[in-house]
Amino acid sequence: MKAGVLAEFASAEGLLEALAVLRRNGYRRLESYTPYPVEGADDRLGLGRSRLPWFIFGGGVLGAILGYGIQWYADVWDYPQSIGGRPVHAVAAFIPATFEATVLGAALVAFFGLFVALRLPELWHPVFEIEGFERASVDRFWVGVDARDRRFDDRKVTGLLEGLHALRVVPIAEDV
Amino acid sequence: MATAVSSGPAQLTDRLLAPAWTPSRVWWVLFGISGAGTLVLAGAVAYTVATGIGVWGNNIPVAWAYAIINFVWWIGIGHAGTFISAFLLLFHQRWRSSINRVAEAMTLFALVNAGLFPLLHLGRPWFFYWLIPYPTRMGVWPQFKSALPWDAAAVATYFTVSLLFWYLGLVPDLAAARDRAPGRTRRRVYGVFALGWRGSGRQWHQYRVAYLILAGLAAPLVISVHSIVSLDFAISQLPGWHSTIFPPYFVVGAIYSGFAMVLLLLIPIRRAFQLEDIITERHLDNMAKLLLAMAWMLIYSYVVETFMAWYSGNVYERYTYLVERPFGPYAWIFWGMLTANVVVPQLFWWRRLRVSPPVLFAASLLILAGMWTERFIIIVTSLNRGFLPSSWHFYVPTWVDWSILFGSVAFFFFLFFLFLRFVPMVAISELKQQRHEASTAAAAVAAR
Repeated sequence: MKAGVLAEFASAEGLLEALAVLRRNGYRRLESYTPYPVEGADDRLGLGRSRLPWFIFGGGVLGAILGYGIQWYADVWDYPQSIGGRPVHAVAAFIPATFEATVLGAALVAFFGLFVALRLPELWHPVFEIEGFERASVDRFWVGVDARDRRFDDRKVTGLLEGLHALRVVPIAEDV
Repeated sequence: MATAVSSGPAQLTDRLLAPAWTPSRVWWVLFGISGAGTLVLAGAVAYTVATGIGVWGNNIPVAWAYAIINFVWWIGIGHAGTFISAFLLLFHQRWRSSINRVAEAMTLFALVNAGLFPLLHLGRPWFFYWLIPYPTRMGVWPQFKSALPWDAAAVATYFTVSLLFWYLGLVPDLAAARDRAPGRTRRRVYGVFALGWRGSGRQWHQYRVAYLILAGLAAPLVISVHSIVSLDFAISQLPGWHSTIFPPYFVVGAIYSGFAMVLLLLIPIRRAFQLEDIITERHLDNMAKLLLAMAWMLIYSYVVETFMAWYSGNVYERYTYLVERPFGPYAWIFWGMLTANVVVPQLFWWRRLRVSPPVLFAASLLILAGMWTERFIIIVTSLNRGFLPSSWHFYVPTWVDWSILFGSVAFFFFLFFLFLRFVPMVAISELKQQRHEASTAAAAVAAR
């Protein structure tokens, strides 16, 4: 979220309660900022299952095909040699490197795919402009309501969050 | 800007980040010593490359010797990090959070050292890229029926995946370092490495999936790497190498030496940074138990290996295992190896010894030495007396061999001290998560 209202809470429980109340009040574009993953926040933020595993699986399959393919092209097609009377297309001998290529393909997609999915690196973000937001990585829990939410209303949201014993409620805007 | 906070998680964060802000005098001394040792390594390597590997003690028939001993030893040590991170994560062994960062860093630095040796052993290290399958003008490709390209693939993959896994685990802590760093420069540097991590719910959601899958990918990789290294030996026909037990035997030995190295590093760190409440007696106890378990798997491998040599009825096999190793010219190394690898870990049957830092430290040193001598025995005793007695040869290392070995140890510590100085050395966000979940669980019990 680039614009909306943020509220700071002192505990993970406070954050979970705030998310539940906001959801009950019909808000759907919610966000949380926490120093560690908080159990139960995913559901309240309305996050579905990640699609990342499918891409990682694809990376693994691609790695396997490439790994085996390179070995086949190199040692069977382009430069066949008779080694110790073994067949030119020695399937068993190609397995170790194929396995490694499979893992490598999957791992590269897991790592870089994650950062693509998260749209990182993004070194600057409007939330970083908030005084005290740096404690979101240390010991504070922030809840955000996106301005793009259909029911978003500056004053209503602020009032609601203040009623939930937020330490602070601050607005953020894209052009700070 | 960092503000003074007195609550629990903030204190924990600041405490664990503190070593990154101000180096102690001890740090400078250790850094200097290991830096000097690194210069020794650089000198010995430069001398080797400039003169040729004739300056080493290995020759026909003992063609492998120190380069491969050191390679296998370092790569073995590099197994503990990913084992601790990946396997223990998948098995929900939560105690690993206090030690996994150190273990992973240790793995990376051990692998850097490991990679050095096969490259130097090539004789012409500047042609290392011939191992990579790429289309050349020469029309020549690597031969994948040889174990060498398997090795290159395994080690390169292992290093890459370990690095990604380590970095991914670091991102939230780098963000914390960015947010707590004193001064603008540090904030910017950590900010760049943290990649703009905000800890948003959406980020954590995907992050946890990716981290878990990477752990799942790294786990079989740990097993595969030393298995493949062992195939360098097992697919040859030399007595003492040609054995089907080699892959599991090597994996167990690798994890064993890696745990010893983790303990060797953790015990002084725990003391120096007063982390007794984070790396507790329980951690030492668990690590010692794992060492004991690995020791018994290793003992099993030794027994089976020797029994099979006798049972095979093959004269060469019997000679290598039953005469050459226990009574040959390197017998004293063989018996030293058995003492360090088999007798020493039996101390850990007693809890009092399992939680005693001096005992653990000394035992880890002996086990590391023992595992090095194990590779010496495997490589040298199989090669120095071949099928043809006329070509028997007594192998002796040269001063260059020793300089490279000790230089690589210094280089390892040099990298490790840099890590302690600049990188959050404990997985802070994981630790905070655990403390929170433990307190919620306790509250739930109390409410009932």
